[in-house]
Amino acid sequence: MLREVGHDGKVLAGGQSLIPVLNMRLAQPAHLVDINGISGLASVEVSDTAVRVGALVRHAALEREASARHTLPLLSQALGNVAHPAIRNRGTTVGSIAHADAAGEMPAVAVLTAAVIEAVSASGTREIAAADFFQGPLETTLAEDELIVAIRFGTFPAGTRTAFLESARRQGDYALAGVAAALTVADGVVGRALASFVSVTDVPDILDLTEAVRGQEPGGIDWSVVDDLVQGHVSPEADIHATADYRRALVGELTRRAFARTAAPEVSA
Amino acid sequence: MTTTSFSSTGAEPFAADASIEPLLSISLRVNGAQHSAMAPARRLLSDFLRGELGLTGTHVGCEHGVCGACTVLFDGEPVRSCLMFAVSAQGHDVTTVEGLGNDPSHLSPVQQAFAECHALQCGFCTPGFLTTITAFLEQHPDPTPDEARECVSGNLCRCTGYQNIVKAVLRAAELRREAGAGEAWAAGASEAAKATRAAEEGTR
Repeated sequence: MLREVGHDGKVLAGGQSLIPVLNMRLAQPAHLVDINGISGLASVEVSDTAVRVGALVRHAALEREASARHTLPLLSQALGNVAHPAIRNRGTTVGSIAHADAAGEMPAVAVLTAAVIEAVSASGTREIAAADFFQGPLETTLAEDELIVAIRFGTFPAGTRTAFLESARRQGDYALAGVAAALTVADGVVGRALASFVSVTDVPDILDLTEAVRGQEPGGIDWSVVDDLVQGHVSPEADIHATADYRRALVGELTRRAFARTAAPEVSA
Repeated sequence: MTTTSFSSTGAEPFAADASIEPLLSISLRVNGAQHSAMAPARRLLSDFLRGELGLTGTHVGCEHGVCGACTVLFDGEPVRSCLMFAVSAQGHDVTTVEGLGNDPSHLSPVQQAFAECHALQCGFCTPGFLTTITAFLEQHPDPTPDEARECVSGNLCRCTGYQNIVKAVLRAAELRREAGAGEAWAAGASEAAKATRAAEEGTR
């Protein structure tokens, strides 16, 4: 069906980004293809290497999924920041990534976890790496006759701890800036430090901060060393809520705090 | 595909006209009663509840998911009824603010708390707060003040400044506990809902 109407159609899953756009008449597609009736798209499958999230899994359902939270804590760390509960009850994680809003949390998570996007069309299936998926704000490499049926979020190597931090004017609003951070420690020292960002880059991408901290004991690192690297990497824009400079300074500080959190000793429950 | 433009200048903006666009029969359960009505596929759930079903307790504020006034419980969970099509609710269960209790002498804990704490002024946003808080307290029966504030962060109120709404969340939690986790109220509410349903059916 997408082959017939894809040029003038949109896929409707949770609709929490699409329907506002329609309500405000910013887009007027002639056709909406509602996938909510398709069975088999609402499952979460967890393996050692990936958490596979179907196209109809709501943010709230993924957030509640204990095995996903255990295997890839970054998912629930980020999901708690996606809008408000009433939106998470309806909006889907896959849809949020397909929407590719630079202010969305889950595109940043997809990139940092080296997620694989499973797309299906009448001519077959295709797998797209998250790094190749995002082209620009709201633009992806998905063809108009393709449907994402699931996304596989990759797991991190053993010894990795993650954090997700963002700052918004009100809990649940679009973030002024946000960061997903992953710190991998092997033999007691930093082996790898990666970050991706929300609202401050056109397209979510990974900033590799490993060289700044490689080989150091995580507890002893002064994480302000990442500040300049982060501020040099991002390209925020100004809007009514904050200037570009403010966002740049904010994301530097958020990244410092996020890594400090991943490096902090495990808090026993 | 027929393209249509929605005109709000007509005397009956919700009058569905099959000569303009195809109409679908939509059946769903609202506040415990089965309802069906004809509406075009593009009809939002919020407009369907208000226009086709006449349940005007659900208020429509921003129509893009920001203000929270149109929040209803969809299969028990809060959702924005302005961000769903009515056809998507086919066969599902919806609770609107009317379903939380329509009897002034038997208010639900959240309604009672709003009255006690002066948590509303003009009342426009109130239906969305009541549905959101009712669902929140089911999951978090004993919230901290911070959790109470976060619970209403998705709803806008332009009158109260929120302080009394946050107080009302905490007071409602207290009332629920006093009533034994809401059981006493639930029993009463189900009686009230039956009475409302009977009255509604009487008017048809």
